[in-house]
Amino acid sequence: MKGLWELFITFAKIGVLTFGGGAAMLPMLQREIVDRHQWAKEDELMDYYAIGQCTPGVIAVNTATFVGQKCRGILGGIVATAGIVFPSLVIIMIIAGLISNFSHLVAVQNAFAGIRACVCVLIINAVVKLVKKAVVDWKTLVIFLAVAVASIVTSLSPVWFVLASAVCGIVIKELEAKDS
Amino acid sequence: MIFVLLFWEYFKVGLFSVGGGMATIPFLYDLADKTHWFTHAQLADMLAVSESTPGPIGVNMATYVGFTTAGIPGAIIATVGLVTPSVIVILLIAQALQQFRHNRYVEAAFYGLRPASAGLIVAAGYTVLLVALFRQELYAATGVLSDFFNWKAIALAAVILVLSGFVKKTRNWHPIVYIGISAVVGVVFHVGGV
Repeated sequence: MKGLWELFITFAKIGVLTFGGGAAMLPMLQREIVDRHQWAKEDELMDYYAIGQCTPGVIAVNTATFVGQKCRGILGGIVATAGIVFPSLVIIMIIAGLISNFSHLVAVQNAFAGIRACVCVLIINAVVKLVKKAVVDWKTLVIFLAVAVASIVTSLSPVWFVLASAVCGIVIKELEAKDS
Repeated sequence: MIFVLLFWEYFKVGLFSVGGGMATIPFLYDLADKTHWFTHAQLADMLAVSESTPGPIGVNMATYVGFTTAGIPGAIIATVGLVTPSVIVILLIAQALQQFRHNRYVEAAFYGLRPASAGLIVAAGYTVLLVALFRQELYAATGVLSDFFNWKAIALAAVILVLSGFVKKTRNWHPIVYIGISAVVGVVFHVGGV
């Protein structure tokens, strides 16, 4: 019981101190998981983090589940995940409640108009970072452009693009293997 | 009923978004179009709040969207929906960690998935751009071309783009700093036009 509680508290702490998601979380994870609690070794943590990036869902949640299950099995995985989402739940609900009370104010509307312009840029920056990692040759460039355009002009659910691109990846790699 | 739907929709977001919190955004725009639970402008605001509060962006967005849709129970259910596929997938993978990492089909699938995920975020970004930098409604009402552009917002975005992408001194500033500056600029210069 004590172990589970410690897991919950540790991941709640990481959740509170993570601003901006995935990449910002890594130094916190290293300090808490590797140095302080020794729940995993440095290279194990890097493995978890790498897999967390390429499996479905939020990277922080994936990594938390990994570390939790390593310490305390399935229950540990669930408790660590509960820990990492707990601060978000509390903080966002408070802020969402506050904002909906003030959203009619002119100053708040203008502030959010400014913030939206900023969000555009933040998304552009995120895309640039992703593209650098994901677009490694002309085939991945084609996939990137095709999905971007098709997703803008059609109203197809992103699910179909995800499934189709995974199949494309496998087909491309199999063909390449046959050629060589 | 809305709770079941919310859980199911968020379960799908958690299952199909690959590449972290930002990757959930395209699914949320799709959800807005389909359900009309919230507008595109609201989503952009939620994204700004999620970026400037503690916690993973994807989780913050889930909580916010859930709260907007169905109050406190909605916030909890959307978040649980989002993390459920993660927990299941990771617990399965943990059993066969090494095989998974070096499986050639898994590697090949991700070779295709990663650029697609980036492409989907471009499309979501385009939607944010339309709401944030342009005024389709004002243009439709007046027919004056210069009304189509929100010049102040465009200027602000251009400045932030340069600061966050090209100026060495400011490039590594945390997003929350830019969001704070933008909020102040928005109020001072009436970027919202009100």
